Amino acid sequence: MKIFSISKDNWANGLARLAGSYHLFGPVKEAQYHDFKELAKGQLPDLDFLNTRLSAKSVIYPQSEALLEYSLDESRDDHHIMKEVAADDSPRAVIGIRPCDAKAFVLVGHNFDTPDYKDPYWIRASEATTRVGLACEAPCSSCFCTTAGCGPYHEEGLDVLLAEAGDDYLAKVLTDKGQKLIQAAGWKTEADVDSAGRKLEAQKQAAESKIAAAVNTDNLKTIDTTELYNAPFWEEVSFACINCGTCTFLCPTCWCFDIQDENRGKSGRRMRNWDSCMFPLFTLHGSGHNPRGTKLQRVRQRFMHKLKYYVDKYDVGIQCVGCGRCIRSCPVNIDIRRVCDYMNSYGSAKDACAA
Amino acid sequence: MTGYIDKIKEISARLLKGCNVDVVIGFRRGTVPMMNEPYFAKTPEDVQNLVWDSNCGINLANYLTNRTDKIGIIAKGCDSRNIVTHVIENKIKREQLVIIGVPCKGMIDKRKITSMFDGEITEVTEDENNIKVVGKGFEKVLNKADVMQQNCTLCIHRNPVEYDELVAEPVAEQQDVDRYVDVRAIEAMSAEEKATHFDDLFSACIRCYACRNACPLCYCPTCFVDESRPQWVGKSQEDTDVKTFHFLRAYHCAGRCTDCGSCERSCPVGINMRTLTKKLEKDCFELFGWEAGMSLDVRPPLDTYKPGDPNDFIK
Repeated sequence: MKIFSISKDNWANGLARLAGSYHLFGPVKEAQYHDFKELAKGQLPDLDFLNTRLSAKSVIYPQSEALLEYSLDESRDDHHIMKEVAADDSPRAVIGIRPCDAKAFVLVGHNFDTPDYKDPYWIRASEATTRVGLACEAPCSSCFCTTAGCGPYHEEGLDVLLAEAGDDYLAKVLTDKGQKLIQAAGWKTEADVDSAGRKLEAQKQAAESKIAAAVNTDNLKTIDTTELYNAPFWEEVSFACINCGTCTFLCPTCWCFDIQDENRGKSGRRMRNWDSCMFPLFTLHGSGHNPRGTKLQRVRQRFMHKLKYYVDKYDVGIQCVGCGRCIRSCPVNIDIRRVCDYMNSYGSAKDACAA
Repeated sequence: MTGYIDKIKEISARLLKGCNVDVVIGFRRGTVPMMNEPYFAKTPEDVQNLVWDSNCGINLANYLTNRTDKIGIIAKGCDSRNIVTHVIENKIKREQLVIIGVPCKGMIDKRKITSMFDGEITEVTEDENNIKVVGKGFEKVLNKADVMQQNCTLCIHRNPVEYDELVAEPVAEQQDVDRYVDVRAIEAMSAEEKATHFDDLFSACIRCYACRNACPLCYCPTCFVDESRPQWVGKSQEDTDVKTFHFLRAYHCAGRCTDCGSCERSCPVGINMRTLTKKLEKDCFELFGWEAGMSLDVRPPLDTYKPGDPNDFIK
């Protein structure tokens, strides 16, 4: 493991060199918000941000993606034949991703890349992407990453972790992919691993101590699923919800999609679009029946999936990295921390009464 | 306006204790600055959770649709007009409701205030005319009039038009408000300029439908964008589909919108889709002298025919 010291004077030069061999993505401020965009030639990622409004998931998993294309023109020999859309799997690098968003790729991988099922589109894009993280020195008050299996200096899912160090960035190389990127950028100044490592550790401790919000998740696995499903608090939790897709679309770990054919004239494309368990079309059966036909059922599905079904199925913690986006952007202030506490304490409160 | 809460609690507790209502719909304190959460109080004890301040911009009429119980509802001017519209459109019965009217002095614009500061805002408090913003490394007192939601600065019906109890004396209505400056600016554009304007306006849309779902008018059992037989609108981020959604949604609000601002307020990406509904509001006013939700006794112009209706648009 190596740690490089990158002078900020040499930052733009390195990125310019990278642009020769990678498509670069980074946070860009447009209007009032930062979001991840592909950087134009010479454009620098704007690293002065708390967190982006949308997560970085779209770099690997775009909101709308053409999977297949076809012709409906029956005078053509290949009409009605589905053909792969040529995907651009050339190397890309995302610069300035927060550790929470990086960890989210790992969680999403449990769904898209399993021994039984492999999603070729997600896997190809994921493999093509080098993730350069930016450690969080000033977490938001609604961030609860440290109790959600993550943290402001968390390394899972990253290839390089950058941290502020005055006139420099310290770049901790975490994978071979990361090492390749550092080389391609021409950043050559290695820092002393011991002293730089101690500095990063101290900054990590300082950043973690700034995380004020927390969730308790220790009981989620043992609570009976059916009892939790039937818990009375869902009425209160779901009352304010307007069933919009804000929480799910901003979430770095929500992965549900819908597949649709879109025709124009005599040609068409098979599209994959983000879906949301908040929407009335989600899980609507061909028969017209919808097992989640009401608002309460949809809200419950979102939280049960993240905080119970995922926990039970994969045994790798909750399907949430504590980035707090859904809390900050929910139009009616539904707070996953509150819901998680309701869920986690449900059994114990009941037992206390029984005793 | 911050002094209203005691009276709101008193009325709500009385209604619940007396079994006049099954539930009181209001707001409880939010978990982040400048946010409150729509909330239902079912018992006199729950009433203690109710709050009222300048962060109650969500339109509570949205929570009445097709309810069958007896409801106390806290209503500012725009909410009351949407309750009237709900009654007229048979989405709730007037007899089911006890309307607790709140003379409103405007709601603050979270997005605008957030954009004024570089760091995170950790606490926002208010008195009658001032908003105090505290963040990491900064503190500032803002004049509330400078940071209100735009629709509130243009509002001419702050007092509830329909209510059973009022929590305070009516407030003075804003006079000489030029409500349609934005609309006239767009009307004056050439067709190409309009196209560019709307391209820009909706370019950030992520189709989360928060605008639609926060709107008390959008209660269709199946919205046209969710129809699958036939499917009217594509589901991708295709520009045509995004704009079809916004334009058609606005048309469905013609003669019904009260400019409560819930749509714009709810948008996670800061789109001012109100420019569309305001154009229709302006047309309804100019063509029919109509303002939505002002009376239970008058049918809206778009579901009635009168021989004198303007028809100059027929060429």
